This record gives sequence, C-alpha cells and structure tokens, in this order.
Amino acid sequence: MSDALHLASPSRVPRRRTAGPVAGGSPADVSEPSAASKPARLESVRLSKSYRKGRVTIPVLRGVDMQVRDGEFLAIIGQSGSGKSTLLHLLGTLDAPDEGEVRCDGQRIDNLPAAKRDQLRNQRIGMIFQFYHLLPEFSALENVLSPLMIASGAWRYFRSRRAHLTKAKELLELVGLGHRLKHKPRELSGGEMQRAAIARALVAGPDVLLADEPTGNLDRSTGQEILKILRTLNRQQGLTIVMVTHDLAIAEQADRVVRLVEGQVQQA
Amino acid sequence: MYKYLLCWRYLRTRYIALASIVSVTLGVWTMIVVNSVMSGFAFEMKSRIHGILSDVIVESHNMNGFPDAEYHMEQINRVAGEYIAGMTPTVHVPAMLTFHYGGQMMTRQVTLIAIDPKTAGKASDLPSFLQHPVNRRLPSFELREGGYDTRDHQSGIESGDRDWMADAGWPYRRLRVEREQAFEFTRPQSTRVAPPELSVAEPSSAIEAAETATEAPADPFAVPKSEENVFNPLHEQHTGLILGIALSSVRDQDNKERFLLRPGDDVQLTFPNADSEMPKAVYNQFTIVDFYESKMSEYDSTFVFVPIEKLQTMRGMLDPVTGIRCVNSIQIRLKDERDGNLVRDKLRAAFPTEFYNISTWRDKQGPLLAAVQMETTILNIILFLIIAVAGFGILAIFFMIVVEKTRDIGILKALGASGRGIMGVFLAYGLSLGMVGAGSGLVIGLLFVIYINEIAGLLGRVTGREIFDPSIYYFYKIPTIIDPFTVAWIVCGAMAIAVLASVLPARRASRLHPVEALRYE
Repeated sequence: MSDALHLASPSRVPRRRTAGPVAGGSPADVSEPSAASKPARLESVRLSKSYRKGRVTIPVLRGVDMQVRDGEFLAIIGQSGSGKSTLLHLLGTLDAPDEGEVRCDGQRIDNLPAAKRDQLRNQRIGMIFQFYHLLPEFSALENVLSPLMIASGAWRYFRSRRAHLTKAKELLELVGLGHRLKHKPRELSGGEMQRAAIARALVAGPDVLLADEPTGNLDRSTGQEILKILRTLNRQQGLTIVMVTHDLAIAEQADRVVRLVEGQVQQA
Repeated sequence: MYKYLLCWRYLRTRYIALASIVSVTLGVWTMIVVNSVMSGFAFEMKSRIHGILSDVIVESHNMNGFPDAEYHMEQINRVAGEYIAGMTPTVHVPAMLTFHYGGQMMTRQVTLIAIDPKTAGKASDLPSFLQHPVNRRLPSFELREGGYDTRDHQSGIESGDRDWMADAGWPYRRLRVEREQAFEFTRPQSTRVAPPELSVAEPSSAIEAAETATEAPADPFAVPKSEENVFNPLHEQHTGLILGIALSSVRDQDNKERFLLRPGDDVQLTFPNADSEMPKAVYNQFTIVDFYESKMSEYDSTFVFVPIEKLQTMRGMLDPVTGIRCVNSIQIRLKDERDGNLVRDKLRAAFPTEFYNISTWRDKQGPLLAAVQMETTILNIILFLIIAVAGFGILAIFFMIVVEKTRDIGILKALGASGRGIMGVFLAYGLSLGMVGAGSGLVIGLLFVIYINEIAGLLGRVTGREIFDPSIYYFYKIPTIIDPFTVAWIVCGAMAIAVLASVLPARRASRLHPVEALRYE
C-alpha cells in the first residue's frame, strides 16, 4: 500500500474505502480509473452564498455550477473578491451554502450532519492553503500525522502508529522534506511549509485535494516547485486537484480553468 | 490523540497559563497544610483532654458531694457494668495555692482534685503525665529519693533538658531544709508569726493535727523552727501533692520558663471545708512529690492533685459516726470510648438528675472541640475560595489562549476535527493545568507538612522570632496528621475547578466557525 505513494509508482493514491459514509448510498465504483461514465467527483449545483456585514448583505456566489471530474487538475481563477475561496470552502464543506448543493460522487454532502462532514474532511478531502496553516506546536512530521490522529482515538492511533509514521515519512520524502521531519513550522521556509501542508493533505488518502492559492505566498520559483509537485501527484497518482488562484500563469498549468467572475462561472 | 499531544504541547509552551495555576498550587498547598495541622491539633487536644478526663463522669451538683463512693460504684456497675473498664472516686474543690519564693508569697488559683492513687490510673491517663518513672506506673504521694525525669518523656530531644529536676526529691529537700535551718540561726526569733488556729468542722486525725500545727517551712525568711515541733522537714514530708507543672514556673522577659518549685518543696493550700452551713477556709501544708504535665496548658496551670482520704479528712467530708466518706464525682473509663453516650444515658436513667450530673468527656469539652472544628471549616472555605479565584484566572487566560489559537482551531476543523474534539483539547488542557497545579501543590504541601517543624525552626532563625512557641501550646512540635481522604478531596476539588473554568472557553473554541477561524489573522 505504501508503495503506491512513491512518485515512481504508476498506481493511484490508495483509497481507504470503497464505501465510505458519504459514498455509502452510492454503489458507483470509485476504484474504477475510467471516469467518463461516472458522476463528477465534486460538483456544485447553483451554489449561492452571501455574507452579511452589519445590515448589508454581500452576495459572494450567485449560482455556481461546475463539475470536477475524477483525476482532473482544475484551476479556478478569479479576481480577489470573486468568491473563489468561498467556493473552495463550500466544496470542502467548511462552510454551508445559502442555496444550491455540493455533491461528491453524486451524493449531496453540504447538508450532511456535522460528524459526517468532519469525517469527510478528514478522510476524503485534503486541503492546502495560501498561508500553509500548519500547527505551530507540532513538528513537520506531527503536522503530517495530525489528520490520522484526528481520525482515530489515542489507543487506536497508538496501536497503528508505526504504519502511520512510515506513511507520513514517505509522504514527506515524496514532497522532498524527508530531511526536516523534526522541524517546527517556524524553522521551515515557506516552500517547505507548503510541502509539509501537501503531505498533511495527502496522508489520509483523500479523493480530492483542494488548494487555496497554494503559491500565493511564495516566490515564483518556489511556487513552481509546489506546482510541479501537484502536477506530478495529479499525473502519476491520478489525484483530483482543485486549485484556486488569481494568477493566470499558475492556472494555465492545470488541465482545465474555470473563471469565476462576480460569483458566477464564466467558461473560458 | 491530537487532543493529548496538542494539550501537552500547550502545557509546555504556554508559560502564562502555568502562571495562572500558581494560585491553584498555593491554594492546594495551604489547604493541605492547614488541614493537616488543624487535624493534628484537634487530635492531640482530643487525646489529651480525653486522657485527662475519663470517658463518663458522675458528679454531684454540690461541692460536698454524695456519701459512700463504693455504694455508687456498685450501682454504676449494676447499671452499665459491661461497658466499664475502670472507675475512681474523686473530689474536686476550688483552692488557693500559696508558696514562698525569694521572700514573696506567691498565690495561684487552682482546682484541687483529690484522687485515689490506687485506682486513678484505671479511669484516666493521669499517671502517664507524671515526671517520675515509678509514679507513672502507680502514682504515689510519697516523695521519692530521686530519679525524676530530667527530660520531658512525652517529647523528643527538642524540648531540652530540665536540669533542675536532677536532684529533685529528698536530696533537694534535705539540702534546702539544711540551708534554711542554717540561715534561721542567724535571724532573730521575733519575726516569727504564729499561724492562726485552724477551725475544722470535724475532729481531725492525728496526722492532720500534726500537720496543721506545723508551719509552712517553704519560706526560708519567715518561718523559724521551734524546738518542740514534732515535724522534722529534714526527714518528713507533709501530705504529698502533685502539682500541675505550669503552676511551678513563671516566664521571664525572654519568655523562658523559670521554675520556682520542684519536688521536695512545700506549699500551702487553702480550700473551703465541707461545712454546709458556714463554709470556712482551711489550709494545710503539702509537699510536692511530682509534677503533672498533660501538655494542655489549661490543665497544667490549674490542676493540683492530693490523696483523696487526706482531703476528705481535712475538709470534713466524712460522717463522724459511721466514718462514711463523701466524694463529689466518680470518673468512669469505658472499654470502648464510643459507648460514652449510651452509658451516660443509662446512668442518667438510673441516677436522679436532681442530685447527679452525668456527662461524657465530649459533653464537657464539646465547645472546645467544636471551636476547632469550626475554625477548620472556615479556613477551608476561605482557602477553597482562593482556588476558586484561581479558577477565574484560568478562565481569563483560557479565553486569551482560545483567541490566540483561533487559526489553529480553524486548521483542526479543516482537517476534520469535530467541535467536540476541539472542546476536548481545551478541557484536557484545563484538566492538565489543574493536575499540574494541584499536583505541585500536593507535593509542596506534603513536604511542607512533613518538614513543618524544620521549616518553622528555619523561619524562626531567619526572622529571629519563634514561629511556633511551645510554651503557648505546650507542644514542642507542631502536630500534624495527613488524612489521605481530605488530601484527595482537596486535589480533586482543585482539578475540578480548573476543568470548570475551562468549560466556557472550550465551548467557545468548539463553536468557532472554521472559515472565520481560518481567515483570522
């Protein structure tokens, strides 16, 4: 199973379940590589979201319809304030839409109970952020392990900690951070922090990686390196990636670009 | 899992939170010390009071008492014999103790207790408070040749030596009398003052006549010898008397005990006779044969013991025709002290309360014990409030930490941590802070209690002022009892307060919206 994580390996990122809590109702075979006939991996249907600032309601998303296909590297591009981060949060069930639906493998996920959504975020969706969002108290390795710690209780985690450790170390090797396992985030550079964040997003074996401006806080060459890692993960392991950016140069490296203008999708 | 790791990391990196639990530590520490010392005091006091008083006391309301102690004891045995381990009759009379020292007449107000030396030990711990090892086995009113303890047998080495006790007894008496007699020859005989003739209601025995005819030789300056005197203080003693040790000493400016009397000295007691019409004061000479040291200063400074038969004769507490003697109380020791109330109630049913007052030692010293209990309770409340105040400190600091950690909370939620889990992080953090605070308080408190006397001594040396003055309490050491149950309660209470204080911040953390938390900079 751990072999699959090496870049050299042609196999996909391992699925930990075929019938998770979300996919439970859907008999669709998720381990089937060919994606053409299946429902979209992630789908948003007429998504609307507005924020309230005092007495004024500011609409951010106004009916966003889009699909993310399995194994696709999708870039969402838009001006700041176009609602792209909000869309990503809605896709990742961090926030609830005012209207519309979010679907994963054809199953509606935005209205799931909190515990199910937590589980979904923990196990099926990986996220990386512009500001890396590593836990400052944890070392790089512990940060990578944190989704696994969240997933299981102390006893269960303790019993399988060896497997977890091996996996986390392999992932850190994969993103080129094998030499800085014990370092705290403040001892790492921006690029290194983002690598650690990618490793953390992947450790639970998610179906989708949601990246919120992953290069936004990095210089061009470091950003390119991060992008290369994402690219490789997508190519070699078939990882579905949704990346939000405002930088066209970055977005063009994706398979497909969705342009978000004033809360609506503008097909490129 | 992440909860414990995260809260462990928080514990190790947030020193401000550790500062907030210092008051928990202090509260636990002081509560443990206060409770241990108070229960030590209460226990010592109880055991001392109990050792002095017998379990149940049957007293007459009037000072002249009831006749025939044997008959009463038989009746008591008949009523509650199966509970009783021993009984002894006593007579309690207020009296005035007079002695001469350095040319002055010293007067002390005392409680004169006449005891039966043969049975006194069966009904109370009286013998164990005496200073002569033989008297401790069986009290005697005969002056000993020597061998009085020069060191307090109830305390350790700390109490220091009582050198003046080394020659106490006959050697001291002979030396003193010889000196006095030698001094008397150089003084004119005219200074002699004749003592007033005693008026005793009943006919006196021969011994008493001899005694009352004799003058107090305690004052070397006032009392000369007369040739026809049959009493020779060089070889004879008056009626023996056991003196409360605090009566024999005064405190000088340095608060050191200065002993004025020792076994072998003569003193005079003045007490009312048993004339029920017109009581008169009678007085008699006594020779101190031993000291009584119960370590309860109230008792040590008022109690004087004399043989019961002598006092009955002196006071006229006997029927001139039948020779039946009166006592005014019977002390009863029980096989099991806890039966006190039962025996008391049985005896109350059997003896008319118009004539007899029947009480247990707890009834007698109830207010004192209750006062100690009350003090402990109030101190506990105050100290627990200190810990509660610490709880509010934790509350405030926890809110700060939650604000500081808002982004981390958002991250954890994005990684799939539940609100409950986030709440768990902060509750576990509160609990572990409580554990650290209460644990360190526990350790410091226990060490403090164990080494309390050393600490008191050290503080005394540093400040130049004695922290624990043995003369106030008659304890040479601070008594302590560590009750594991109390300690457990204190520690659990402190930890519970720490957890309770973290509930509100933890709830707030668990309800943070992940997107807003992530956006938080």
